[in-house]
Amino acid sequence: MEEVKLMKGNEAIAHAAIRYGTDGYFGYPITPQSEIMETLMAEMPWKTTGMVVLQAESEIAAINMVYGGAGSGKRVMTSSSSPGISLKLEGISYIAGAELPCLIVNVMRGGPGLGTIQPSQADYFQTVKGGGHGDYRLITLAPYSVQEMADFVALGFDLAFRYANPAMILADGIIGQMMEKVILPPQRPRKTEEEIRWESPWAVQGKLKPNKVNVITSLELDPAVMEENNLRFQAKYRQIEASEVRYEEFLCEDAEYLLVAFGSSARMCRKAVELAREEGLQAGLLRPITLWPFSSKVLGAYAQKVKGILSVELNAGQMVEDVRLAVNGKVKVEHFGRLGGIVFTPNEILSALKEKIINP
Amino acid sequence: MELTEIIKPENRVYGKPALMNDTPMHYCPGCSHGVIHKLIAEVITDMGLEEQTIGVSPVGCAVFAYNYIDIDWVEAAHGRAPAVATALKRLNKGKMVFTYQGDGDLAAIGTAETIHAANRGENIVIVFVNNAIYGMTGGQMAPTTLVGMPSSTCPYGRDVSLNGYPLKIADLLAQLEGTCLVTRQSVHTAAAVRKAKKMLRKAFENAMGGKGTSVVEFVSTCASGWKMTPVQANQWMQESMFPFYPLGDLKNVE
Repeated sequence: MEEVKLMKGNEAIAHAAIRYGTDGYFGYPITPQSEIMETLMAEMPWKTTGMVVLQAESEIAAINMVYGGAGSGKRVMTSSSSPGISLKLEGISYIAGAELPCLIVNVMRGGPGLGTIQPSQADYFQTVKGGGHGDYRLITLAPYSVQEMADFVALGFDLAFRYANPAMILADGIIGQMMEKVILPPQRPRKTEEEIRWESPWAVQGKLKPNKVNVITSLELDPAVMEENNLRFQAKYRQIEASEVRYEEFLCEDAEYLLVAFGSSARMCRKAVELAREEGLQAGLLRPITLWPFSSKVLGAYAQKVKGILSVELNAGQMVEDVRLAVNGKVKVEHFGRLGGIVFTPNEILSALKEKIINP
Repeated sequence: MELTEIIKPENRVYGKPALMNDTPMHYCPGCSHGVIHKLIAEVITDMGLEEQTIGVSPVGCAVFAYNYIDIDWVEAAHGRAPAVATALKRLNKGKMVFTYQGDGDLAAIGTAETIHAANRGENIVIVFVNNAIYGMTGGQMAPTTLVGMPSSTCPYGRDVSLNGYPLKIADLLAQLEGTCLVTRQSVHTAAAVRKAKKMLRKAFENAMGGKGTSVVEFVSTCASGWKMTPVQANQWMQESMFPFYPLGDLKNVE
């Protein structure tokens, strides 16, 4: 049954994963997300649901364990933070190329390089523009509360299995580390081998006699067939873009000035919008929940109504490029960000809105 | 005696293994891979594991192993097969999971995955084909290339001061608590093939019996990479490879 708890975002991911009926978690410690594996190990789900939890020797091994587990039709996941996600990109590209469902969590920290353990949103490009090699896309969910950390485990797995594609929860150190009230979902049973053979007939489970073999691979040396494969991926991506865009609007209806922000930035932007309203400025917030597929259509519509848009991100200006593509020059779009683990305040955001958009 | 009197099922002494497909093999003449594939196919059938076995193929010459043995396969990224197999086995406990890896895959790029899977004692079989050269990419130096042995990236022979020493990875794996069987075999004669098959079966039995990681190394030929005829390659393997990589069990826990 449902339970109300107070916990960190990272802990919520772990509890939600067990309750979803996840078959396996494979990870490697890295700040600021280590509580995910620590919580799983403390909960010992192998004794209750049969979930496998394994500390791998590296992020590379962990993502390849996910590749193997996903290949056998299991609900498998990994989590890491920015430098660790860079190591996983090869595996993510293979998973996308083999059209396997899985869940990857990135609790972002500041970069580049070893960077800092403080929160950042500088992996937006890496996540939504590819990161690994080849023309692939990653379904990307950006939680902005501990509740969404829990909820997006189920949503991420559901989308991953619906489209046979990897999905990522793109959080940051703030969402991972902060504590909030969270409603945990009821426990769901794990899938049986029979259910997996029925629901995922492509899965490697051992070839039963009249069946054809299943081979999980991203390799195809015939370029004509490889182009066909790529066209199939692209058709799937267009379908996801048409059906799975998610966003939230806050005081947008009469807004003259629009803030666009995801994850922890959106939390601070909500407050900035309230401060603006107190001063009589008609500001609103559009929060993309899926970063890919992106909220291009709704932004295109707002471009006809608002006087200016400010993209507020904990990076040097990444999502702002997608906002500009969406509005296609119809309205002024500027970026405001802090870098390297520094977080803006709502007042700083309001000042930036005035300086960059309202009174430039 | 007429020919029709001889060609009868009861007189049959040899046949293609049931699990070997009719796909024409891409392996070069004189290469050991074909015989090793055959042994794996035979052991799976002999043990009745056709419906439970999942193979993990590498990057390298054996990347297309899934085209030749009629079982479920996962094709892994270069070096990552033991990690892939770890999850396959842990999530599907009753299944038979094995990796098939070359020397570059297992002992260079995948050293960490190999050592840690073996050190955890994963209940899998690692089939290791050591021909001391990168075959697929055209004859570059492998971690197991012998000192003085030429390759396209050490054209004047492996120079220790430049390239370090050949890695006896099986000796290293035999030191780990997680391995129950580490054996070095070859398929250059009928007797060697029979012996290798026996050890391969032992390895498969260990995996199904939950005894830990079994590693079966095959010291192998690469006539193309070595720039030799198949006969020369077999000869050279016995003269040059066997002294450095002696055949036999390095570890066999009963």
